[in-house]
Amino acid sequence: MAQTAFAPWDDPDERPLIEFRGVSKRFGDFTAIDDLTLNIFEREFFALLGPSGCGKTTMMRMLAGFESVTEGHIWLGGQDIIDIPPNKRPVNMMFQNYALFPHLSIWENIAFGLKREGRPKDEIAARVDEMLRLTRLGRFAKRKPHQISGGQRQRVALARSLAKAPKLLLLDEPLGALDRKLREETQFELMDIQEKTGTTFVIVTHDQEEAMTVASRIAVMDEGRLVQVATPDVIYEAPASVYVADFIGDVNIVEGRATPEGAGLRIDWAEGQAPIAARSDSAFARGQSCHFAIRPEKVTIDTERPDRPNAFRGKVIDIAYLGNISTYHVELAGGQMIKAQMVNARRLANRQITWDDEVWVGFTETAGVVLEG
Amino acid sequence: MRRVVLIAVPYLWLLALFLVPFVIVLKISLSDIALARPPYLPQLDLSAGWQGVREFLSGLDLENFVFLTTDDLYWKAYLSSLRIALVSTLLTLLVGYPIAYGMARAAREWRPTLLMLVILPFWTSFLIRVYAWMGILSTEGVLNNVLLFLGVIDEPLQIMNTNTAVYIGIVYTYLPFMILPIYAALEKMDDSLLEAAEDLGCSRLQAFWLVTWPLSRNGIVAGCFLVFIPTIGEFVIPSLLGGSDTLMIGKVLWEEFFSNRDWPVASAVAVVLLAILIVPIILFQRNEQKAREAEG
Amino acid sequence: MRRFSWFNATSLTLGFAFLYLPMILLVVYSFNESRLVTVWAGFSTKWYGELLRDQEFLDAAWVTVKVAVFSSTIATVLGTMAAYVMVRAGRFWGRTLFSGMIYAPLVMPEVITGLSLLLLFIGLGIDRGVFTIVLAHTTFSMCYVSVVVSSRLANFDRSLEEAALDLGCSHFAAFRLVTLPIIAPAVISGWLLAFTLSLDDLVIASFTTGPSATTLPIRIFSAIRLGVSPQINALSTLLIAVVTLGVITASIMSKRAAVAQARDEQAAIRAE
Repeated sequence: MAQTAFAPWDDPDERPLIEFRGVSKRFGDFTAIDDLTLNIFEREFFALLGPSGCGKTTMMRMLAGFESVTEGHIWLGGQDIIDIPPNKRPVNMMFQNYALFPHLSIWENIAFGLKREGRPKDEIAARVDEMLRLTRLGRFAKRKPHQISGGQRQRVALARSLAKAPKLLLLDEPLGALDRKLREETQFELMDIQEKTGTTFVIVTHDQEEAMTVASRIAVMDEGRLVQVATPDVIYEAPASVYVADFIGDVNIVEGRATPEGAGLRIDWAEGQAPIAARSDSAFARGQSCHFAIRPEKVTIDTERPDRPNAFRGKVIDIAYLGNISTYHVELAGGQMIKAQMVNARRLANRQITWDDEVWVGFTETAGVVLEG
Repeated sequence: MRRVVLIAVPYLWLLALFLVPFVIVLKISLSDIALARPPYLPQLDLSAGWQGVREFLSGLDLENFVFLTTDDLYWKAYLSSLRIALVSTLLTLLVGYPIAYGMARAAREWRPTLLMLVILPFWTSFLIRVYAWMGILSTEGVLNNVLLFLGVIDEPLQIMNTNTAVYIGIVYTYLPFMILPIYAALEKMDDSLLEAAEDLGCSRLQAFWLVTWPLSRNGIVAGCFLVFIPTIGEFVIPSLLGGSDTLMIGKVLWEEFFSNRDWPVASAVAVVLLAILIVPIILFQRNEQKAREAEG
Repeated sequence: MRRFSWFNATSLTLGFAFLYLPMILLVVYSFNESRLVTVWAGFSTKWYGELLRDQEFLDAAWVTVKVAVFSSTIATVLGTMAAYVMVRAGRFWGRTLFSGMIYAPLVMPEVITGLSLLLLFIGLGIDRGVFTIVLAHTTFSMCYVSVVVSSRLANFDRSLEEAALDLGCSHFAAFRLVTLPIIAPAVISGWLLAFTLSLDDLVIASFTTGPSATTLPIRIFSAIRLGVSPQINALSTLLIAVVTLGVITASIMSKRAAVAQARDEQAAIRAE
């Protein structure tokens, strides 16, 4: 299992496909990208994730060639590309609003880039047909973009940008315009196509679920800097900062002071409350301030005191019923709110915990992460 | 009941003052000139009853239309109107497109001002805008004075009272009609389409020809018709800027009516002019319809 | 913005120079001392004085304003009615003919419109003068008004009218209290358009007028047929000034209204 896993970033001999070396981008006084260094490897499905204005779109546009680089260099396949115009780069982009040419048919849209290369006609036709098959659009080849649905348009945009077999495909919020159900289906389709074609994908998104689903690695960005670059499970389970923990998924954050104790840490977080027992790979000084982050699904809720290293008394303030799971908002004695999630294995009527009940929340020593600051 | 009144008032107004007058023109075009008042025959005499109507109908004929084909003046005037309209439409497009393009590419906060600057001349008198060129183009005019002063020419150019002056006048006065629809089409265009074209390997110029130009086509066609259709029947510009050899049908009609007082022939000229205009008008309507459908 | 280049800057500069230079020259030469328009002989406002003493011009101006006010007002009422019929009345007998008659005058050459109306007036034995010009101008400008108003009506949310009816308004009250205030900007610009078209018209007025009524364009046309005259330059300058002031005032007012609305919306959001 371990040998077959796709993880070129852990292999010191692997040469990256894309290298950002100390790249900065400034618009006047505003710094969009700040001294950024990043490697992306061949066949990766790499996600740039962050809120709007974090610089992720600027990074993508620099890769495509629509934004110049203020400082630093971008290497693609062993070549510095910062002075190459967009129409000469082996990079194609799928635009956020798809940017399909409204005056051309689906077939002509897909053939557009191939025709610019001046390839023979039959070769172009063969390639377009291949793309139409790949994206299941064969029936719509003669239609114009406004005569097909949003999901189909998305696939046309994908087919058009893949037609030239670029070394690198950029996807700018590719699923943003689709409704939720279609988005989920399309995510798997994207992964499937990425695997089939073996193209390196870089996707820009603000949707953390989407990034988690499709990406081999995620770069979380904030204000022009990379906050954490890692695989989805590491980002989720071991966020490098409160920002990352808070941005990805739901999380409880407890502020406190850490004290090393035996193999683990003791976190004092409120007057008159038992400390939290936790473990951490990084070293903390005595009394160093810290944040303890724990996901709601790792917190249990019981009517009796559970037999766990951490157990705290509280009162149920609110219950969010989501069908498959329920989230309980529990107020601890010191006023700290903790969210606990429970799978609704039983039917609603049979569950015993309700509003204003006195309950116990509990979690293990390794369930949460301790973050500095 | 209220609905009937609402419909009837504008309907009757248009029937009485648009349709009926045109039927009268049609009728007179089939009549003969006479030294009477009004100067044409036959007159419909309803007091004579059915007999009167029959006599009236038998008095109508196509003589005036036959006359139009026999006299060189008329078909030459029609042809020359069409030619002048066509040439000046193309010239207006040539001048107008870069302006519309520049406006659509200007910073967003500048566009309303630029738009206002294009529309402003449209609100000032047509007559005055044509008149302004008389002072520029005449033999002692500003243009000749400047060119003489700069030493580009040795003696004044004869531009005034030629077809060149007519072209300049038409381009100048109809320019907003060309710019506005093209600007509207270009302004709607999404910038990311150009980026997509470049991303797929186009140079800037290729991207213009393959994306911008075809996408502004509806605006171009609309602008061309908006210039072409009214230019054919134009009277003021040829009569002020044109010379004696500038033949345009609007001017011929005016002279036929006011100078020769030949009402039947003037009416026949008008009927034929309208028949000529129907083709571009229908084409224009089709283009508008198609543009609307493409959007909807 | 990214693509704004020297090419665009040049074409805009040349284009607007072409549009405005002739009019600027016209204005400059209206202050020329010399009767010869082409020779600069020093600054003078004497042509304005002469213009204001010329009774013929003043009479013509008065006739023109009268005609424009009457025709544009009637045209606005009729055009708004026609627009309402086009957008709201649904099907009725002769609808195609009706819409044809609304759009045809927009593309009809002026010489034909003028000729046909003249023949009608002669046929009916109506004395030609201010009255007949008003009728003629109303007919063609109501079509422009109806096009302007109907485009606004078509974009208008019909449920607003239904809400008014639901709250107890009669059809007429709903029109007066809800529809009219909302389409008012289009009605006003329709009126302005009709007014300008009437002020501007030479051909139709020439056909439909009689010896008793000479409009300003007719007067100007007969004067400039003979060549350039500084008096006409002065008159043109006055007309250009009026129009420019009007358009600039209108645009400043609408801009202020837009700014005020944006500010109110911002304030409302903050107050929440």
